[in-house]
Amino acid sequence: MQKPIIEIVDTINTAVVYDELSDAQSGGICVFVGTVREFTNNETVVSLQFEAYKSMALKEMHKIAEKASIKWPLNKIVMRHAVGSKKVQEAVVVVGVSAAHRVECFEACKFLIDTLKASVPIWKKEIFKNKSIWVSAHP
Amino acid sequence: MEVFLFGIAKDIVGKSDLDLSSIKQKPNTVGELIHFMNDSYPEFANLSSLAVAVNGEYASLEMPIQSNDEIAIIPPVSGG
Repeated sequence: MQKPIIEIVDTINTAVVYDELSDAQSGGICVFVGTVREFTNNETVVSLQFEAYKSMALKEMHKIAEKASIKWPLNKIVMRHAVGSKKVQEAVVVVGVSAAHRVECFEACKFLIDTLKASVPIWKKEIFKNKSIWVSAHP
Repeated sequence: MEVFLFGIAKDIVGKSDLDLSSIKQKPNTVGELIHFMNDSYPEFANLSSLAVAVNGEYASLEMPIQSNDEIAIIPPVSGG
């Protein structure tokens, strides 16, 4: 597998990910893009604010990419997360893989985003009109 | 001993890092640090979970901590 592209950035450009994952040995590419949703529990979201423990987050993302590459025969991996303030419809995370066949593409892509959400030290604050909430902080 | 704070932990303490070098009984382990945080800032007890990273890795409660370690309080993560 080629060296994974793993980054924490201010702005995500979703247009570049196809070229980053495109690969002669691959028969498929799977990409997940996480975006800012307008409503949470019927309340209007103004923006999301993301904060990262950058050095550790990058380390954890590398671990996830390595686990995925052991579990499935992948050719390329991209994991990129945004920090800062993001407005409705903006991309906040993009993960993707390319592989010879689609089954490993879909499974590995799901693994990347599910594991990122569970373990990478990045935090999201939902900004509503009259309040703001750190997501998942309280039971 | 400096402890980095992120997300809601930063809001609870009111700053992005906490200097523990002047406190009398310095925590010797991750478990003692969590105990200290819960005692000093009771709002921590209301969180869904609370982890500690030592030198950029999730650490167990028994993990010893030293003043030159990079220590961070990791409240429930919510990336993606």
